[in-house]
Amino acid sequence: MSFDTPPSTGCREAPVLRERGQHEVFCGLTGIIWLHRKMQDAFFLVVGSRTCAHLLQSAAGVMIFAEPRFGTAILEETDLAGLADAQVELEREVARLIARRPDIRQLFLVGSCPSEVIKLDLARAAERLSVQHAPHVRVLNYSGSGIETTFTQGEDACLASMVPSLPETDARQLMLVGALPDVVEDQARDLLAQMGITDVAILPARRADDPLSVGPNTVFALLQPFLGDTLAALERRGARHIPAPFPFGAEGTTGWLRAVADEFGVDDATFERVTAAPRDRATRAVAQAAESLRGKSIFFFPDSQLEIPLARFLTRECGMRAIEVGTPFLHKNILGPDLDLLEAGPQLTEGQDVERQLDRCRAAQPDLTVCGLGLANPLEAERLATKWAIELVFTPVHFYEQAGDLAGLFSRPMRRRAALKLGAAS
Amino acid sequence: MKLTLWTYEGPPHVGAMRVATAMKGLHYVLHAPQGDTYADLLFTMIERRNHRPPVTYTTFQARDLGADTANLFKTACQAAYDRFQPEAMIVGASCTAELIQDDPGGMAEMMGLPCPVIALELPSYQRKENFGADETFFQITRALAKPIDKTAHVSCNLIGPTALGFRHRDDITELTGMLADMGIAVNVCAPYGASPSDIARLGAAHFNVLMYPETGESACRWMERELGLPFTKTVPIGVGATRDFICEVSVLGNVPQAMDEERLRLPWYSASVDSTYLTGKRVFIFGDGTHAAAAARIARDEMGFEVVGLGCYNREMARPLRALAKAYGLEALITDDYLEVEAAIEAAAPEMILGTQMERMIGKRLGIPCAVISAPVHVQDFPARYSPQMGIEGANVIFDTWVHPLVMGLEEHLLHMFRDDFEFHDAAGASHHGGQHVAKDATKDTAETPAPAEAPAKASDVLVWLADAERELKKIPFFVRGKARRNTEIFASQKGLNEIGIDTLYEAKAHYAR
Repeated sequence: MSFDTPPSTGCREAPVLRERGQHEVFCGLTGIIWLHRKMQDAFFLVVGSRTCAHLLQSAAGVMIFAEPRFGTAILEETDLAGLADAQVELEREVARLIARRPDIRQLFLVGSCPSEVIKLDLARAAERLSVQHAPHVRVLNYSGSGIETTFTQGEDACLASMVPSLPETDARQLMLVGALPDVVEDQARDLLAQMGITDVAILPARRADDPLSVGPNTVFALLQPFLGDTLAALERRGARHIPAPFPFGAEGTTGWLRAVADEFGVDDATFERVTAAPRDRATRAVAQAAESLRGKSIFFFPDSQLEIPLARFLTRECGMRAIEVGTPFLHKNILGPDLDLLEAGPQLTEGQDVERQLDRCRAAQPDLTVCGLGLANPLEAERLATKWAIELVFTPVHFYEQAGDLAGLFSRPMRRRAALKLGAAS
Repeated sequence: MKLTLWTYEGPPHVGAMRVATAMKGLHYVLHAPQGDTYADLLFTMIERRNHRPPVTYTTFQARDLGADTANLFKTACQAAYDRFQPEAMIVGASCTAELIQDDPGGMAEMMGLPCPVIALELPSYQRKENFGADETFFQITRALAKPIDKTAHVSCNLIGPTALGFRHRDDITELTGMLADMGIAVNVCAPYGASPSDIARLGAAHFNVLMYPETGESACRWMERELGLPFTKTVPIGVGATRDFICEVSVLGNVPQAMDEERLRLPWYSASVDSTYLTGKRVFIFGDGTHAAAAARIARDEMGFEVVGLGCYNREMARPLRALAKAYGLEALITDDYLEVEAAIEAAAPEMILGTQMERMIGKRLGIPCAVISAPVHVQDFPARYSPQMGIEGANVIFDTWVHPLVMGLEEHLLHMFRDDFEFHDAAGASHHGGQHVAKDATKDTAETPAPAEAPAKASDVLVWLADAERELKKIPFFVRGKARRNTEIFASQKGLNEIGIDTLYEAKAHYAR
């Protein structure tokens, strides 16, 4: 398949099935699991219920940490009775926490369903606590509640909460937005540096003291498709968005780099020189993994909002056929370039009614189903091969050097099916 | 408000899910926001269940709050009935829905669904998972169980096993077999594997076997009162407890005692000479109340360990566990804060921990071996093989499980022989779990160069270890060093000494010689 030719009809104008019903997805609190690994001096304090604490430890399987950098201030009956109390109690718990953890430089107060319903004012709490603990600790707040955020939207809310307090700059700079593993981030910086783009800032910064500023001469590229609120917050600070396909696979990475390079006036020869070798490596790595994917059908349950770019990657670079591409939200302004490249045909769905979607999935009998952990084993038991969606946000999958790994995540369930032989030998 | 980094128990509606998921033909409609569906993966991933839990979540969002969450609940409830056609339904609220006070129970009743609908009131901000399971099963039983004729042949119910339970699946098999050996049939096992119509015939049994007080006691008490079903008080985990259980059952069922001793290996394994090294091993026990209490008896009476710490995370069991701990000369540790448990373990310096998966992690950090005896469960707690905790095979399984993390008898003697050997030195670590092997630096013998500043730091209260005694202590193998240090310090303070020299160390050794 030639990457240079977009399909005659993309999916930008394709009809979208909007569904309302049971959502089988995580809430935004889950983002804390990867955000706290990225921001090494940050603590995430969820103000919520035992359910929130239980969700975090279940999603993270967190027994491994001696004292993790996230926790839950569990609301109790007394907190629910009078709101004045809750503010005082929160201040006491935060003071205790900061005293015990002098390594903490940023504290996020994270709103939850219960704290939103009782209208606990975490913005005010964050302001007061910031004053109390300045300059050593900066206190911010955002909501990761399930009534407002779906899974990866938690990262969006977190990053958006950091934008208003960023220092102002007039410098011409590129900002990359999204929490990626350090190794991937370094690869991106290196590719850009080779093209002469060296003034690169990354949101979120690894540490509170890392210099990071924003202003009218900042242009930014998103690394993840779920950062709509952060995009809006950056635009409010005068920064300008560079629309691009997302850097998944050889084609996506090239498209993303091309858009950034064009913005900075990088000439074709330089671009070709920098990208040729890694692009070729990526193409070869993908081709290997794609052997077991070619011609196979795929069905996406809504989960991480990565579904559209992944469907683009799997159909165009791995030869798969998308049946349904479900996503919690479809930001057409962010996903436009990916939608243009995704050939018309698959049913696009936004939101979820899990029972109806399961009916459609069973009827379609896809070769591979991408879904959350709650659905994976039950579908496997119905003999449908699955790929856990959550792995896509925990594994390095962006840019050239990870393109083969990304394809591998999808081919492994297929290869495993082929490998298992449990009948008698005769 | 209480800061929690990790919790032993989930919220009460997860307890209700454990009951619903264990049963057949029952559906749970949970008024809950998006995200609460995370609980499904506990069952499908940790327990590897091949079906989704029978739970419908209403999934209300912020924009619904001002509008009509009540209607959303009714729609979800009707859709769930139409799709799944359950024999009975349970309805309730998660923590957030509890705040918006939609009254799912009242609404469901008004809908007039053509099946029994049982309303659950689970206070999310006061109680936890075990309470949720116990209360849910009690409500289901109260709603559906009716007095009926007893079975002609003597039979009993197995009460308490749920989904996500610690070895519940295999305990059911073991007890069913043991009861069959006594000529007692199982009328109904519930909640695990029972349908609402099975619940309706609980009363046909002659008595109840309460397997897990955490999740079945309220229902058993109600059945005792309302259906005249007495229930067993002994949880048959361990050899002694299994024998007591058989006595109890023979009285309740009016049948002679019978036990297949052929299968029972723990007593001989424990008596055989290789087990001598288990004598007096200092163990710290923490888990749910039932499993912790059972473990204490096995540890002391069947393995010959010394119990140096005993506690549980579920407050409902605090009273019996406090009484039991007193009988062991201990103060029970009742807490759901794992950092407190870690501190208590560190202070007690046991040679082994019998705990939950969290204590296993604590053990890794402290270099203390650990065997897992209780929920909260981990994918490892659902082994493919038959691995009960209860009854005869349960005792055998427990012997193996507890001995494996320890350095074995003969190995221990070898370690003693080679205590200053290049491979078996201090820095090599106290446990063969996790810690990396560190080669000894031949040029520098750490035992020879104690930093003088360290001596006062190592003193306990007013006791000071002199440098030569400290050096001598280091020559003692690591696995008994903690005990030697403790015994010496107790001895010294009994003698009114405030300095410990080599003589004190050996005087103490002679004093404690057994």
